[in-house]
Amino acid sequence: MSWRRSEAAQGLLLVSPTFIYALLLLAAPVGMVVALSFWTQDYLTLDRTFTLANYREAWGEDIYQVLMFRSLKLSMFVTAVTVLFAFPVAYYISFYVEPRKKPMWVFLITIPFWTSYLMRIFLWKVILGYNGVINGSLLQLGVIEVPLNWILYNQNAVVLTLAHAWIPFAILPIFVALEKIDRSFLEAAEDLGEGPVRRFMNVTLPLAMPGVIAATIIVFIPTIGDYVTPRLVGGPNGLMISNMIELQFKKANNAPLGAALALSAMFLVTMVALIFVFLNRKYLRTRQ
Amino acid sequence: MSEPMITLTGIDKFYGDFQALYDVNAIIEAGEFFSLLGPSGCGKTTLLRTIAGFEDVSKGDVLIDGNNMAGVPANKRPTNMVFQSYAIFPHLTVAENVAYGLKARGLSKADIGPQVDAALEQVGLTGFGDRASHALSGGQRQRVALARALVMKPKVLLLDEPLSALDKKLREQMQSELRALQREVGITFVLVTHDQEEALTMSDRIAVMFDGRIAQLDDPQTLYRRPVNRQVADFIGIMNFLDVDVKEGTGHSFELNIAGLGQVEIPSEQAPGGRGSVVGIRPEMLTVLTDGQSSEREATGEIKEQSYFGDMTYYDIKLDGVDTVVDISMRNSAGMPQLDVGDTVRVGWSSESVVLLK
Amino acid sequence: MKRAPLIYTALIALFMLFLYAPAILLPVFAFNSSATIAFPLKEFSTEWFVMLWQTETLHGAARNSLMIAVTTAVLSTLLGILAARASARYSWPGQRPMMGFIMLPMVLPEIIVGVSLLVVILQLGFDLSLWSIVLGHVLMCTPFCIAILSSAFMNMDQSLEEASFDLGETRFRTFWKVTVPLVMPGIISSLLISFTISLDEFIIAFFLAGTEPTLPVYIWGQLRFPQRLPSLMALGTILLVLSLVLLGIAEYFRRKGAARTGQTDAGGLI
Repeated sequence: MSWRRSEAAQGLLLVSPTFIYALLLLAAPVGMVVALSFWTQDYLTLDRTFTLANYREAWGEDIYQVLMFRSLKLSMFVTAVTVLFAFPVAYYISFYVEPRKKPMWVFLITIPFWTSYLMRIFLWKVILGYNGVINGSLLQLGVIEVPLNWILYNQNAVVLTLAHAWIPFAILPIFVALEKIDRSFLEAAEDLGEGPVRRFMNVTLPLAMPGVIAATIIVFIPTIGDYVTPRLVGGPNGLMISNMIELQFKKANNAPLGAALALSAMFLVTMVALIFVFLNRKYLRTRQ
Repeated sequence: MSEPMITLTGIDKFYGDFQALYDVNAIIEAGEFFSLLGPSGCGKTTLLRTIAGFEDVSKGDVLIDGNNMAGVPANKRPTNMVFQSYAIFPHLTVAENVAYGLKARGLSKADIGPQVDAALEQVGLTGFGDRASHALSGGQRQRVALARALVMKPKVLLLDEPLSALDKKLREQMQSELRALQREVGITFVLVTHDQEEALTMSDRIAVMFDGRIAQLDDPQTLYRRPVNRQVADFIGIMNFLDVDVKEGTGHSFELNIAGLGQVEIPSEQAPGGRGSVVGIRPEMLTVLTDGQSSEREATGEIKEQSYFGDMTYYDIKLDGVDTVVDISMRNSAGMPQLDVGDTVRVGWSSESVVLLK
Repeated sequence: MKRAPLIYTALIALFMLFLYAPAILLPVFAFNSSATIAFPLKEFSTEWFVMLWQTETLHGAARNSLMIAVTTAVLSTLLGILAARASARYSWPGQRPMMGFIMLPMVLPEIIVGVSLLVVILQLGFDLSLWSIVLGHVLMCTPFCIAILSSAFMNMDQSLEEASFDLGETRFRTFWKVTVPLVMPGIISSLLISFTISLDEFIIAFFLAGTEPTLPVYIWGQLRFPQRLPSLMALGTILLVLSLVLLGIAEYFRRKGAARTGQTDAGGLI
């Protein structure tokens, strides 16, 4: 028996409890959801005959189409806004903050994320509301005479609130990618006579792309599953597909349809994410 | 030299498809300072780790003090190791580091204390026991690693490139200290190094390894003067290589016609690898002859380059009649004439300074 | 290091204000005596904190959440230690897909985790309970624990364990005497982070909560009642302070670990 014997077996043995846990509590349940989506439910009795009825309904009915399309649109919009705002922040920390202070800045960026999730969303409602912080300030300053009513209970509010929730997750991967850029590349580009804009486009941005892609995926996929934000700040036209999924599983008691909706949403999101990664594959290849 | 301490027979080591060691055979004697020397990736560290018990052998046997080590894990072997990174436990003090193995052995506190003190004294760290280990300098860490291994009184001390992390001056100081320490404690030392000078100055015997094989196992003098092949000759010190025509001589000798130097007959001792195809001669075995000096054998050549190093001067000389340029190193002395690039000079050498190489 | 243009710095400051807006408003309203959550503010008051103290249902929810968070922290850290140790120290066929699968809940929408666990538990005929939430939270927290612990295990010089083994210790005792003390800072920050995530998690808990609510589920129920809002602000403030204290401790240990294994520190918590 030596120190290194059957290294593979030891690794497998060690990882197996965690892996089995993930199998039992993720793979098996998701498999069950897949099965459920092909069944039907009538109040409490479950009919286990295979049918595509749920999918027909999920993809055919107007209400689901609208919600699905809106969710995808909002998620993409949230992702775009988040990444667009995250980049300059990450760039600032990476290029203009003293190296010694960088960990502190990263910590500062993550702190708001640890405020209670529900309270955070609710406070946006307070900030954006009819008698809220923004309207109050604008009234006081005399900029407006009547409170603005278009800033809450609509899709803009959903985008703003979700972007706020996810921006730390977008900043971090971009920051890490920027940190990895060898500063001598940039000096070389400058030395070769490239101006700041061309230097950014030709050197910095391509090298930071893996971080941007990671940020996009990290924000885009989970965003589709949030049903709290649309419910609290979205108003009737701000609801998303996850609100419908929640409804089917909870109040409407039609779990099979909920399962079909959830899987359809996951499928669409994954497809969009894959297409996005595929379109950017050249940036990923160079770094691997 | 007396008893064999470590016997390695027919050792092969595979990592998947990659073979790291090929049929390694060696006997390391008790009380010897033995070095495994070779370039990185030659298998020297792998061989050391098979002795330590960190690696299994795929084939062959490791015997330590007559006992076969097959199936004996590292913690049950009579060996201790000084790691390349020193592997000082950062959460323990110096004394706790040194006491670690004794505690594992189940010794009482009363027994451990004096032994730890003695070990620290041995390596020149008296009074350092309470220091936090992460506050030590590189040289001090090295000494702690030594004390921690020596306090176990192992039959064999294994050292994996212990000096490579130190700067040049400290390294040279530690070389002589290590050698002195080895003589004092009388334990068999097996040192892994890629530094040929280090191996030559410290070792009783050296195994030179290339590509998973021991190319030559000899004492430093023999290794330097009579390398078995071109690879070993090139790795250890500087060697001039010259083309040669070889004829089998009468009895145990070879008749050589060396390009640029001329005809000579050498005994077979000067061909340790058998009938080779190239001749080696060390730079210091060639002399630039001044007027009135003579040598057993002489050739002529033209100075192409000379570099002055204070005590020494190095010449690149193209030998007449061939394209070969040889390096010659000369100790500078009072009577040396001033020579210039382009001068034609006589080059002296002797028949016993050449070696026929594979 | 060049200085940033002033306008850039100003925009970053504005961004930080946006980022911190909810966190700043939370205590502002919590200590405001007005019963409505709006400006202008009235006077300073701690009555909402007193009200929290008197709300029995809240205490039950808090106890549930604590129980779940502690259990989740311990279990996910244990699972995290195993996986992080395995991936840092060994290699085996299929390692990348296996680790990728274990890390998957990090990017999966939480609603998927919640829904699928709900389906399984109901289909298997079990009742929803606090334990079903623990199951979901452990699944979700384990990837975070692995991320923290992996760097702790990887930063440890492997020859330290070999040295201990070489000095005669058994492998088991080596693990306890060398490995565990050296990765302890990582273990502590893994415990604290998973505790914090679990304490605040709502989406999964909402799906899997039976009759007993967790703190976020309780808050969700109360958000409908305007008269409850000020005391929720007080509760949110307490939770924020608690999170910050725990995260501060986690960060402290993480850095201490980094310093002890002798490397320079660069990253943040995630």
